[in-house]
Amino acid sequence: MYDGGKIIVGLIIFVGLVTFPILYNMGKPAAMPELKLNTPEIQQLQEKHCVESKEYMRANHMQLLNDWRDWAVRDGKRVYVNSEGKHFTISLQDTCMHCHSNKKEFCDRCHTYANVKPYCWSCHLAPKEKET
Amino acid sequence: MSINRREFLKLAGFSTVMGLTGSSVVDELLKTKAEASQVLVDEKALSAKRWAMVIDTSKFKTEEDYKSVIQACHSIHNVPDIGNPKDEVKWIWTDTYEHTFPGQENEYIPEGIKHKPFLLLCNHCYNPPCVRVCPTKATFKRKDGIVMMDQHRCIGCRFCMAACPFGARSFNWRDPRPFIKETNPEYPTRTKGVVEKCTFCFERLARGLKPACVEKSNGGLIFGDLSDPKSEVRKVLSAHYTIRRKPEIGTQPSVYYIIGTGGNENA
Ligand code: HEC
Ligand code: HEC
Ligand code: HEC
Repeated sequence: MYDGGKIIVGLIIFVGLVTFPILYNMGKPAAMPELKLNTPEIQQLQEKHCVESKEYMRANHMQLLNDWRDWAVRDGKRVYVNSEGKHFTISLQDTCMHCHSNKKEFCDRCHTYANVKPYCWSCHLAPKEKET
Repeated sequence: MSINRREFLKLAGFSTVMGLTGSSVVDELLKTKAEASQVLVDEKALSAKRWAMVIDTSKFKTEEDYKSVIQACHSIHNVPDIGNPKDEVKWIWTDTYEHTFPGQENEYIPEGIKHKPFLLLCNHCYNPPCVRVCPTKATFKRKDGIVMMDQHRCIGCRFCMAACPFGARSFNWRDPRPFIKETNPEYPTRTKGVVEKCTFCFERLARGLKPACVEKSNGGLIFGDLSDPKSEVRKVLSAHYTIRRKPEIGTQPSVYYIIGTGGNENA
């Protein structure tokens, strides 16, 4: 084998370079960003509850929003009664974003972390963010 | 050795049962609707079997009369004012008698009508050709007769625009946002690449309010249920002679016109 040594060294360097990012990040999972729930609207709430339970929202909010838009736009139904019997007006801009008026520090933070880019905001108006 | 007929059928039956129960398990897993949640129509919502509008053209006299109605609609729905006719987006607008009622013009109609602007909007046809051609059901007819536009499903193919005989649909050739003077924060905008039009203010009806243009029209626009003989539109229709746009096409528009100059003879 010609230049066997060089090839092996080259291979080791190559494998090292390719796996470096993986090895480097091993054992330190990217920290889940801190989600801010301290908007003035939420602070005014007696009970700090979302439309449904926190676990349900975390796992299913995209599905819920999908249902909401079909109910509102296609079926003309605009009142959502949650599993505890509380009523909410079906609206992304005026209900979700009323409480979560800090889109950048709430929705966006988690979405950046999860690498999802909802396209909703090319039409729906994001809340006016207060400077922080 | 291959299996005999009886064994084959047993196996097939067994797989079918497994398949059926299997798929219901999958359905169960996919079910995301929160336990015991419900959706309702707002108690205040206005409802009808077939919404319709009568435009009493005699009530529109000054330029301001038209403007305030158009402005009421376009401002709450974030309709952009692009300012060039090629790219313009409109939900409610005006045009001449000749263009509004082609085939019904003649040399001798009163000057006040020949040169009068007529308000135009989506006719919410009973037989909407736009709905027939839409490949995604983005545009569809609701049970109350409204020809609805679901922006979420619009892919911008513009078949509906080609199908509409009334030019009631606009395409967003460019991002509309820079052309909206004051955005209404309670209603979305649209985006480049979707078609839009009047929805008879379905979002206001759902809250118990009449369409914005009707509210602003000082009685020039009458709105109600065409299928209810006691409704205001039916009363107006039985008391006045009305015409509709291009009736010969058979789309059955739900917008009716009372033709009158309203003392605008010299306009
Ligand atoms: C009445 C105010 C209010 C409304 C309306 C509201 N939220 Fe929430 N949301 C909250 C509060 C408070 C929490 C935190 C709940 C908890 O900690 O138990 C929360 C939590 C969440 C979470 C979970 C965050 C996490 O830590 O995992 C998501 C996702 C979420 N909301 C999305 C939405 C969406 C989408 C909508 C509209 C469909 C909506 N919210 C409407 C107040 C609201
Ligand atoms: C706790 C983290 C978290 C928070 C907070 C959160 N989201 Fe999400 N969201 C996700 C994840 C993860 C997905 C992707 C899920 C998937 O792809 O199945 C997602 C998906 C979505 C989608 C669907 C996107 C698509 O392209 O299909 C929408 C819409 C959405 N989120 C809206 C919101 C809104 C509005 C808020 C704030 C009120 C919010 N989310 C807050 C984690 C979050
Ligand atoms: C092409 C523009 C457009 C895009 C993109 C869009 N929407 Fe909408 N959406 C609308 C319009 C217009 C309405 C009707 C508003 C109304 O009637 O109040 C609407 C209504 C809704 C409604 C019900 C009523 C309301 O006022 O909120 C929900 C929920 C909704 N959209 C969710 C979403 C979500 C989630 C996304 C992103 C995954 C999204 N939309 C993307 C234009 C859009």
